[in-house]
Amino acid sequence: MKNEFQIIADLIEKDKKVLDVGCADGTLMKFLKDNKNINIRGLEISKEKVQECIAKGLTVIEGNAEKDLKQFPDKSFDYVVLSQTLQAFLNPELVLDELLRVGKKAIVTIPNFGYWKVRFHLLFKGTMPVTKTLPDEWYNTPNLHMCTIKDFFHFVKSKDIKIFKSLALNNLNKSTINQSNLGVKNLFADLGIFLIEK
Amino acid sequence: MNTEKNIKTLIVKKPLILDCGKTIKDFPIAYETYGSLNSKKDNAILVFHALTGDQFVTGINPVTNKEGWWSYAVGPDKAIDTNKYFVICSNVIGGCMGSYGPSHKDHDQKIFGTNFPVITINDMVNAQYNLLDHFGIDKLFSITGGSMGGMQVLQFISNFPDKSKTVIPIATTSSHSAQNIAFNELGRQAITADSNWKDGNYTSNDTNPGKGLAVARMAAHITYLSKKGLQEKFGRKLQEREDLKFGFDADFQIESYLRYQGSVFVDRFDANSYLYITRAMDYFDLGKQFNGNLSEAFINTNAKFFIISFTSDWLYPTQENKDIVIALNSIGADVGFVEIESDKGHDSFLLDVPDFLSALKNFLDKSYEEN
Repeated sequence: MKNEFQIIADLIEKDKKVLDVGCADGTLMKFLKDNKNINIRGLEISKEKVQECIAKGLTVIEGNAEKDLKQFPDKSFDYVVLSQTLQAFLNPELVLDELLRVGKKAIVTIPNFGYWKVRFHLLFKGTMPVTKTLPDEWYNTPNLHMCTIKDFFHFVKSKDIKIFKSLALNNLNKSTINQSNLGVKNLFADLGIFLIEK
Repeated sequence: MNTEKNIKTLIVKKPLILDCGKTIKDFPIAYETYGSLNSKKDNAILVFHALTGDQFVTGINPVTNKEGWWSYAVGPDKAIDTNKYFVICSNVIGGCMGSYGPSHKDHDQKIFGTNFPVITINDMVNAQYNLLDHFGIDKLFSITGGSMGGMQVLQFISNFPDKSKTVIPIATTSSHSAQNIAFNELGRQAITADSNWKDGNYTSNDTNPGKGLAVARMAAHITYLSKKGLQEKFGRKLQEREDLKFGFDADFQIESYLRYQGSVFVDRFDANSYLYITRAMDYFDLGKQFNGNLSEAFINTNAKFFIISFTSDWLYPTQENKDIVIALNSIGADVGFVEIESDKGHDSFLLDVPDFLSALKNFLDKSYEEN
């Protein structure tokens, strides 16, 4: 399983109720269900991926996070997980607000546009960066609102959202992000993982 | 029509108070089963049929000698695997395949006709509930059905919240829409306008309102298909002729097809039953039973729901199925939902639609493993 998923799983206690928004083929859901006895639901827009989740015996709702999160009552899940999808929404702010309304806590991961390889790519090649976490070309990427770890950190603070944990991931290295090392982490991490609450 | 042979019947002794206020007792429920009930009695699936279905879900229907209505989905190794599960289906009350209905006789040995009490979806499931006692089943593994079958699924779990582990409503609604009531009314008007209908007091097969019933079926059949599906299958193709005949015979294949559908339907269905069952569908509004809050219908159940709709179904469109999902989510119920891509319209649930059949199979089998 992806290192990212392992870290997300470590952030969630046993026997909790979790919603995985954009759950794709259900890899994370299956892991949480089997290993942590977690009551987990998924929301997924792709019909093919929904079928894959059903084949794994997972509870999944076909739907679009921007429209369909509103059907869930306030704080109806202990955790809501959004893995590397926030930047793909038309209105990420609205989705973030919805995650924090539906979940008592939210776990959001973002591919970091401030990562040095991304910066170097644009600086020296002069073309839109293509990296391991950002594998698509500019013309076919689903990502509409790229941001850096620093952007997200500031954004969350400006919205009075509490950050419980913020982690930087660079390949297999996990480290904690704080106000004082933000600049460094923003340069050396390719993924940011945030546990937040409103 | 009610060929007594080959029809298994349970006589329900217990009185049943109908929504219309009348009470029925000692009435027959005709049923069929497939597969076998295991010793733990935890592998039973109750299937509910749609408007024109019956208890003969799969294999050859012994009365009509045609394939059962859900042969694609139910049988050995199929989505609802009868090697594994015990499938029960019964003819709804008001129907014409052996269950208590308008073609039955009253105390004075007179055929009921329109003197049969008006029944509802609620009455249908309350009547069928007696099958659980009959088989000694405390809790079903699943309940499922499409269209009107889906309405019965929703009503059943609302009435008996702890009587099924899983719940699969397919291509259905929690409240019959104005458009659906309108199509049903069209069918009823076609029947009652037939001079052979005689206020429902027709008796022999020779004088039944077959023409009206055929028109009702033709109109309804169009609503079960999609525009794209019809266009691809028939287009403007002509029926066994080189050119238009400038008359009112069936020039087009679609006309011939509809006429055929109408004529074969008349052979197997009773016109009064058609009136009663469409009425039951029109009266169905589960939310209204709970003061307009559909979620309340499911508040007492811990069952696992799986709701399925089809992209080209305009009779029970995805949004009406999603409304059920929303009602369930708003009370934190365990609910999954998928919309299946298909050009086959509302009828998709009856046809060979692989994505649908595999989703149904996976949901059932995985849920059963977790048992």
